[in-house]
Amino acid sequence: MAVMNVNPTRMELSRLKKRLVTATRGHKLLKDKRDELMRQFLNIVKENKQLRREVEQKIVQANSHFVLAGSVMQHEVVGSALLAPKQEVSLEVEYKNVMSVEVPKYITKTKTSDPADIYSYGLAYTYSDLDDAVYQLADLLPELLHLAECEKSAQLMASEIEKTRRRVNALEHVMIPQLQETIKMITMKLDESERSSQTRLMKVKDMMVEKQIMENRARDGLVDA
Amino acid sequence: MKKIAVIGNADSVKGFRAVGLDVFTADDKETAEKLIKSLADNDFSIIYITERLFSLCANEIQKFDEKKEVAVIPIPGTFGNNGIGMSNVSRSVEKAVGSDILSND
Repeated sequence: MAVMNVNPTRMELSRLKKRLVTATRGHKLLKDKRDELMRQFLNIVKENKQLRREVEQKIVQANSHFVLAGSVMQHEVVGSALLAPKQEVSLEVEYKNVMSVEVPKYITKTKTSDPADIYSYGLAYTYSDLDDAVYQLADLLPELLHLAECEKSAQLMASEIEKTRRRVNALEHVMIPQLQETIKMITMKLDESERSSQTRLMKVKDMMVEKQIMENRARDGLVDA
Repeated sequence: MKKIAVIGNADSVKGFRAVGLDVFTADDKETAEKLIKSLADNDFSIIYITERLFSLCANEIQKFDEKKEVAVIPIPGTFGNNGIGMSNVSRSVEKAVGSDILSND
């Protein structure tokens, strides 16, 4: 792993050490975030798949009822029967925070609350297949909303997990090793220069002591000067 | 106040009008893409779209993947169910996990 391009000074060393502490802490937190997101994501996705299967099946059923109704009634009659809907749905969106991901929560209000009051046409000129189809769709609406909620949450969480996973990997495999290597490099350089100044000092001391000894001997007349 | 839209060919979506959703008909890619764009700007929070159109406009729809305000959800139309919806869910799993670990259930 590449060592960062920094000066091997004590100031740089303490700066890097601080960064390493932050990076390690961040790594731990992000890893926890990723794990928890993943756990919740898998729950949502399982629910999502289940719901989707049910909803798709029911829509296909409702559609087949429509086809049946269309086959016994004139196309225009079906069209005009459904032209002016009685029911109106309005939507409120709230956002729930799941591990820093904002996921939507849908709350609907319907104009008519009576489930039998959804048919926008008189029953005299239409066939019961149309009633079945409309009833099934109306029945399906809460599930359809829940499906939208689940699917959007899954999408949002998936991209957040992807981002978090990249961050964790970048910290784990790039940032932290790089900082560790650089810290090691600076420590070794500093140690090395300390050793070299130590030996230099020892050498100088030796020389001074030798000189002193010589001077002492000369003074005492032990050596012929 | 937000709204719910359904986009699809006339036969697929007519039933949703009866249950009170806002229905828009589109038969080809261009109309559908234009509709999605304008609906997203006009307070529609959920857009249900038939699977056939969903696969045609996949590029346009992907732009909403990371926006929390608009959910574009594929539903089967009169042409039946071609599995786009499910594979869309699997795509999320693949994105998050790296591979589709839930493909069996």
